Amino acid sequence: MSDQLIKAAINGNRRSLARTLTGLENGQITLGQIKQITDISITSKGNENWRSIAITGAPGVGKSCLIDKLLATWAGSGLKIALLAIDPSSPRTGGALLGDRVRITAIDLDDIKESIYVRSIATRKSSGSVPLIVSDMIEFLVLAGWDRVIIETVGSGQAEVRCAAIADRIVVVEGPARGDGVQAEKAGLLELADAVIVNKSDLDGAEKHAEELIESFHLGLGDAPPVLLTSALDGDGIAAASSTLLELKDSGRSNRARWRERLLAQHERRILESDKLEEMLVSLAAGSISITEALDILGGRKNE
Amino acid sequence: MSQPLRIVVAKPGLDGHDRGAKVVARTLRDAGHEVIYTGLRRTAQQIVDTVRDEDARFLGLSSLSGAHNHLFPKVCELLVAEGLNDVIVFAGGIIPHDDRSGLFSCKIRAIFGPGTPTAEILEFIDTSANMPNIGVGDSNDWFWESSA
Repeated sequence: MSDQLIKAAINGNRRSLARTLTGLENGQITLGQIKQITDISITSKGNENWRSIAITGAPGVGKSCLIDKLLATWAGSGLKIALLAIDPSSPRTGGALLGDRVRITAIDLDDIKESIYVRSIATRKSSGSVPLIVSDMIEFLVLAGWDRVIIETVGSGQAEVRCAAIADRIVVVEGPARGDGVQAEKAGLLELADAVIVNKSDLDGAEKHAEELIESFHLGLGDAPPVLLTSALDGDGIAAASSTLLELKDSGRSNRARWRERLLAQHERRILESDKLEEMLVSLAAGSISITEALDILGGRKNE
Repeated sequence: MSQPLRIVVAKPGLDGHDRGAKVVARTLRDAGHEVIYTGLRRTAQQIVDTVRDEDARFLGLSSLSGAHNHLFPKVCELLVAEGLNDVIVFAGGIIPHDDRSGLFSCKIRAIFGPGTPTAEILEFIDTSANMPNIGVGDSNDWFWESSA
């Protein structure tokens, strides 16, 4: 990748931005190289406002439609917002159908489309709902002047907490009638949420579910995250949710759990990015090496 | 393994028939590519913006409404105007043979009519991905001779 391309990307050329993101995704360039070329140091992570927010939740709860509304509101208020929308790759063929963009209509509005960047990302080899390279993509987007980055995860289950490894804030989207009150008590993703949105409030059961969640959070220790009701369909609650999320503070809950995710995620990345991976898989399949031996080699213990 | 190709499959104009586009998208997905589907009724500008932001290598246009002679050249013009010269454009749908030479001259590199085996589309993708200078902005006259 040429220095010129990266400089153009930093200076606002969208074509070059898209190209550079591809370069990062394909491993043709690293974030470190980009920083060297651009000679900018990244804004400190310590500032009180988040840079990246992960929107996660089960398939079909309305993540994309909700994000569409957030994009329109935030971009309308003058912020530059990037969306990284993640869909799964086929574990069989490696292919992917990236369809989140279909629901994003804010980008069709002429007055704000320059302030919105939408990029579809396939999970590729990554095991979680968010490939780790996304964290480098976020940093690069911030370098290139994008104020906030939204990550839309793959529709995920109760225990899918990998997004905690890459985003400053985590918002869990729920729908109405998602089971009885005991569901809200279960361990998992909800424990890491900085905010919970119960979407589809136009349907029966949304308010009840929100109440159950609030009750459940108050049974636990520490500050309860805000629980918000929205209807992405008719716009109810969107304005309130937009402003709450924009100012959302780190809940400080489960700090350890987040670092645990980061650690695990980096470990996995090391294995996936190892140039010995294919060789190891072949050897494993042939039975000429044990899992422990393969891990020692891939995990960087023996070859470092 | 080489990285998957990023391919935008788009439905320009007022045309609600997307079965063909979905079959092609699915075929490309199953061949290991990353397919970005735009959804229905996109304008030429929206399609070009999508190709740019998604950094797609290929763009597939599908039309069954008869407006291809208006819409396809418009998309090609805008791609060139945005500097997306190296994007390879192919098309499908109800495109009469008499209309095709005009579209090839806009540097659309393949046109697949109803009945084209999906394997042929994959063959086109594999072949063209390795050919130099057949982007929408390249003057090269090459195009794929399709079977339907």
